[in-house]
Amino acid sequence: MAVIIHPKKSCAVNPLKMSQPIGASLAFLGIDKSLPLLHGSQGCTAFGLVLFVRHFREAIPMQTTAMNEVTTILGGLDNLEQAILNIYNRAKPDVIGICSTGLTETKGDDVDGYIRLIRSRHPELDEVALVHVPTPDYSGAFQDGWGKAVTRIVEAMCEPKPRTAWQVNVLPGCHMTAADIEEIREIIESFGLYPIIAPDLSGSLDGHIPESFLPTTIGGAKAAEIRNMGGSAITIAIGEQMRWAAEALQAKTGVPYRLFDRLTGLEANDEFLSFLAEVSLTEVPAKYRRQRSQLVDAMLDGHFYFGGKKVALGAEPDLMWQLGSWLTEMGCEIEAAVTTTSSVLLERFPADEVVIGDLEDLENRALGCDLLITHSQGRQAAERLDMPFFRYGLPLFDRLGAAHKLSVGYRGTRGLIFEIGNIFIEHLPHAHPGEWRLPGENHASPETRH
Amino acid sequence: MINIFWCDVAHELQWLPARETFVGVAAMSALKNRIESVLEEPACGKNQAKDAKDRKKGCAKPLTPGAAAGGCAFDGAKISLQPITDVAHLVHGPIACEGNSWDSRHALSSGPMLYRTGFTTDMNELDVIYGGEKKLFRAIREIIEKHNPPAIFVYQTCVAAMIGDDIEAVCKAAREKFGKPIIPINVPGFAGSKNLGAKLAGEALLDYVIGTEEPETTTPYDIAIIAEFNVAGDLWAAKPLLDRLGIRILANISGDARYHDIACAHRAKAAMMVCSKAMINVARKLEERYGIPYFEGSFYGISDTSEALRQIAKLLVQKGAPEELLARTEALIADEEARVWQRLQPYKERLKGKRVLLFTGGVKSWSVVSALQEVGMVITGTSMRKSTAEDRERVVEIMGTDAHMFDEMPPREMYRILKDSQADIMLSGGRSQFVALKAKTPWLDINQERHVAYAGYEGLLNLVQEIDRAIYNPIWAQVRKAAPWEGSND
Repeated sequence: MAVIIHPKKSCAVNPLKMSQPIGASLAFLGIDKSLPLLHGSQGCTAFGLVLFVRHFREAIPMQTTAMNEVTTILGGLDNLEQAILNIYNRAKPDVIGICSTGLTETKGDDVDGYIRLIRSRHPELDEVALVHVPTPDYSGAFQDGWGKAVTRIVEAMCEPKPRTAWQVNVLPGCHMTAADIEEIREIIESFGLYPIIAPDLSGSLDGHIPESFLPTTIGGAKAAEIRNMGGSAITIAIGEQMRWAAEALQAKTGVPYRLFDRLTGLEANDEFLSFLAEVSLTEVPAKYRRQRSQLVDAMLDGHFYFGGKKVALGAEPDLMWQLGSWLTEMGCEIEAAVTTTSSVLLERFPADEVVIGDLEDLENRALGCDLLITHSQGRQAAERLDMPFFRYGLPLFDRLGAAHKLSVGYRGTRGLIFEIGNIFIEHLPHAHPGEWRLPGENHASPETRH
Repeated sequence: MINIFWCDVAHELQWLPARETFVGVAAMSALKNRIESVLEEPACGKNQAKDAKDRKKGCAKPLTPGAAAGGCAFDGAKISLQPITDVAHLVHGPIACEGNSWDSRHALSSGPMLYRTGFTTDMNELDVIYGGEKKLFRAIREIIEKHNPPAIFVYQTCVAAMIGDDIEAVCKAAREKFGKPIIPINVPGFAGSKNLGAKLAGEALLDYVIGTEEPETTTPYDIAIIAEFNVAGDLWAAKPLLDRLGIRILANISGDARYHDIACAHRAKAAMMVCSKAMINVARKLEERYGIPYFEGSFYGISDTSEALRQIAKLLVQKGAPEELLARTEALIADEEARVWQRLQPYKERLKGKRVLLFTGGVKSWSVVSALQEVGMVITGTSMRKSTAEDRERVVEIMGTDAHMFDEMPPREMYRILKDSQADIMLSGGRSQFVALKAKTPWLDINQERHVAYAGYEGLLNLVQEIDRAIYNPIWAQVRKAAPWEGSND
């Protein structure tokens, strides 16, 4: 049970948070032949693009309506129309994801109206899904942008269809890496089910070598598949941020949903696999029984190093929930928890306080902790605190393999035990002769030494 | 809760100018005038070559919606000034502008680290509705209380500009209240391109910083370097040469600079302008206002480094330094050139005839060309984006032809060229790196995100070593081979 703290300060120092429109853009990057288009000044796109390039170490297709002072004042219809036509002519995408920004939201551009107008003028665009997501920079955070984008994608693209019993939808949150999605797909498939995963970063930003060079995403959830989501037996939503999208899909197509707030940890995965067994009417495959047993063994081997450890954790709500809840299950205490935006999970979080704040808040509260966990921007704080640092989340720009970090499933949880446990082992305290003096003895203190 | 928060500081803010709707408009039109004056830069070669009509349009190419790449004006200003290490850089805007991008460059510091701290007012919905000026003022106060930096630079952004937040007024009020320089950098992103932002940043330095403090001592050997950002320590690769000659960098704008250095820049005897387009206005106005002569030069490559040293010495002697400096400079150049050539010898053999595709722009389009030709590499193409007419002339001069110059190259075309093995290595910025890597072609970063210094004689040696390492890495043979179960044609 945590108290939610909003620090009373006017200056955010060392931001943990990133903006909604780029969270929404990342969702579109998980769709095949798609191109996110930020409706704002070109910097809005450039910053997000550079961030993703550094994180994924991939070329990132992202475009801008390149608004300037004058077009902002006059309204962005012409720029939006030109941008869509240029993209259409050059790249022939299946989906253009139009994300608004602080600039165009402050102006009050009626993007939905613009799109209707553009469609009526250009019938050639009929085959292209133009999905608009309102994502002002001045509210919410990265994961909100992702959640809203997926909501708009299913609203815009899904229709009720005849049900197929073995087809399931998966709506992963933005905290799922390419490796996580790959793992989830494998687990679901092993139950004889056919998953439609959207967005699917494991198809687009998993670091494969494409056959040719295209100006859109190469791989990811296919538009045709997304349109089929209305025919699935059930939707699996991963992360609280996906609740709206799952509900929107249910409202539109009648497909019910089950939300898993995390897939890290023994019980969380027991629940997930039991659910899949139920849906598929099959047994849990031997492979996962074995993996479960390996995880139990890893917990037994590892718990020595986790018990009583104090952790400072900075992450977006769903990621914080996933890792923080599991660390608590392993015996750690979350001494400092800082997140970016509100969520129903925050007051249930296993810490005394959850701060909606920045990395300065985390650094100030991390004193005396054994481990600092946040994304790469925590590196300066870790250095100043002289504290072991586990990089987790997005961006991870100073390490290789960000897309392939696995933390879901029995196997992913086992990996996390080894990875974090090894950091604890590396920093085990070593006793020294003067450590256990009896009361009254203090010859080691500087005053009495001479 | 927010309201209580506001009352809290209301008494302190009484003397802030009354917030009226036209304040923002006035600030905007002041910005417009400033942009126009910057775009009419007389010292800009590219600008001079235009007729009156084109000049009026400004140098920023109109951006094509849906086919644009590159940063905004705010981005350019931030890049240009953030390397000033002891200043707090505060971004007044919603989270995107700072949150998505902070601490992402490798402009190094030899001391203070405050410049790597991300400060932003993180404007929320209520700030947009009620205005962010008070929040900005409080943010400035918080920074002073926590860090007490010698100065704070306040960056304007699109949203704050649109709702009419007058950062110049807030900075003025804060300057009076706290008695230290609080500098408005009025460069909202939608004002234009990154390049324009760099120029406007230069204007802010000229308006508010340069000439406001005096150096403890001056010597006849004091210089200013303009638009050198100490990326990966570039400045430190060139500085020992100047140290050896007894030349002091009074102010480097802006890599590894302290606020005080920049404030004293007007006492330099001569100036070197490094990146020909980014801050030409600063060089020209230093000359105009303070009589500081400047030249355009580069520390990339052997002959360019030598030429830069010569020019610096020449200008200093012109301004009254003892003439013996010229001879000492020639002696140092002779020694250092000989030393670096000797160390380059083994690479010359290995790199002779290797083909380079150069995808950069501006000064680097020619300075790197001559550097690579010096070790016997062949330039198969160099991009002329962001380059001036003068840059073009130099490329022709160096390469003897303009056949290998190109303006833009779409990624698909670039991919094809590399895939067809028409180059042995591509040198470019981070954005295009994956085009090369996916085409299984060696690639090297020559822009801001690199970790290795390429300036000076030592820097060229670094560059050549890096190229050698990239080309001769054993992975290329393996990664280009198709899997045994696939056809042999990859």
